[in-house]
Amino acid sequence: MYFSAHNLTGGYGEVNVIENCNFKVNRGEIVSILGPNGAGKSSAMKAMLGMLNLDSGTVTLDGADISNFNTQDRIKLGISFVPQVNNIFSELTVKENLEMGAFTSSDSIEGKIEEMYDLFPAIKEKKQQFAGELSGGQRQQVAIARALMNNPSILMLDEPTAGVSPVVMQEIFEHIIRIKEKNIAILMVEQNASQALKISDRGYILVTGKNAYQGTGNDLLSNPEIRKTFLGG
Amino acid sequence: MDFINAIILLSNFVLVPSITYGSQLALGAIGVTLIYGVLRFANFAYGDLMAFGTMCVILFTWLFKSWGINFGILPTALLALPFGVILTIGVSLFFDKTVFKYYRNKKSSPVTFIVVSLGIMFVLNAVVRIIIGPNDIVFMDGSRFIINAVDFKETTGLLEGLTIKTTQVITLITTSVTCFILFNFLNKTKTGKSMRAYSNNEDLALLSGIDPNKIILITWIIVSILATIAGTLYGLDKSFKPFTYFNNLLPIFAATIVGGIGNPLGAFYGGFVIAFSEIALTYAYKKFIFYLLPFSSDSTNLIQYISTDYKFAISFAILVVVLIFRPQGIFKGKVI
Repeated sequence: MYFSAHNLTGGYGEVNVIENCNFKVNRGEIVSILGPNGAGKSSAMKAMLGMLNLDSGTVTLDGADISNFNTQDRIKLGISFVPQVNNIFSELTVKENLEMGAFTSSDSIEGKIEEMYDLFPAIKEKKQQFAGELSGGQRQQVAIARALMNNPSILMLDEPTAGVSPVVMQEIFEHIIRIKEKNIAILMVEQNASQALKISDRGYILVTGKNAYQGTGNDLLSNPEIRKTFLGG
Repeated sequence: MDFINAIILLSNFVLVPSITYGSQLALGAIGVTLIYGVLRFANFAYGDLMAFGTMCVILFTWLFKSWGINFGILPTALLALPFGVILTIGVSLFFDKTVFKYYRNKKSSPVTFIVVSLGIMFVLNAVVRIIIGPNDIVFMDGSRFIINAVDFKETTGLLEGLTIKTTQVITLITTSVTCFILFNFLNKTKTGKSMRAYSNNEDLALLSGIDPNKIILITWIIVSILATIAGTLYGLDKSFKPFTYFNNLLPIFAATIVGGIGNPLGAFYGGFVIAFSEIALTYAYKKFIFYLLPFSSDSTNLIQYISTDYKFAISFAILVVVLIFRPQGIFKGKVI
């Protein structure tokens, strides 16, 4: 496996919000982390990014142990993260947002910016506008494009479709599929569980901070118990 | 003719002084707003940092003069300015490393930072008074006027004279050049953009690999440059007295908040709004009205509605009104 998290246990202060969680994702694969509210989905993602205090657990990238790396060092290794909220620089233009995404790269980034405009044509027209002036769906595209600017091998998305209309949600999922084709490993936390599973290769369902179910997208979708409990029938 | 006289009168006593004072406030306010944007606290030590910077410039001016060096018709202080800037950057970085960094690592609240900056204000205040004393110091040399009232009257035949001091022109040119460089830096360079990004969304800046320590270092350097330039221009134009610099904190903060705190362009305009209000509202309009009215007014009324003693009350009033009705400032800044 390209990226794996093993036996993650940790939380805020005394309380553990995740216990013995395991996740794996390969390049060119979409993996969803699902579960009810408060199950520790976002915390698990933060743990993999080095943003949560861990009592135990290891994180490996391409065979190398990166458990002791801080967030900034993990980002330099090619892990990109799109937070759920405040995921754009609202006072910077769309183009500047993309430039900031490639802050750590010293090469010319013009080509990379063009590549993003091809991937997200909607934001190309708005490149000189302040990102804060865009619609919810376009902001989300800017956020994902920013994260893709430093050529990540793993893209982590925290609820990329939170608070957008079903049409925009579909659009964002289509973009995520296109990103997957670039041989990037995609790990996402989602509330819209059944829609997310439809585009996912595999999924993990967390309940109260523990791995409850895992399997391929189709397996999870066809399991009647999971359908009833987590996917709304 | 009376109309032209009235315009010249107003230019001489309101317009030119407002533009000069406004430029000085603008430079100061941009410094305060940058600290607020990047380090996220209101720096009360800023007035005294300006005083410290100006003091360094004065000391270098005296040194150069003792060596017989001067700058022709321009003030020697302009030659001393770069050296003053370097010392001021040094003192800013010293306080950042020894004091502010400690509270940053502790993730202290903005209120704690304000109190800490008050402490540094007292220290700087004392240091300046110990080194150079509390008295008024005039360090302007070179040619005093570019347009002198008497010559102006003779040449134009008008009743009113227009005076333009060398320091006023220097202030205007220096401010324009400084702001041009600063805004180009913030909007065109990678480092400048990353500073704006950090100010806008700190968490996302960290996720983009922007190094906060570098941003903070650059911010202190820019702020020290601005403080020294603003302080020196103010001192050249009027005189240097540590207490005045401490006092200027109020109009500078007012300009910062009027323009929208955290917004450098807003701070720039805010400086002019405050300066113009202070000067225009405390000016005695008797003579101006006399030129414009067809009949002569016999009254002894100066038509000055607010005494110049209350000029700080004006910036304070503007500050309060803005905070009540438009807390984000004229240009959109952060809401405090």
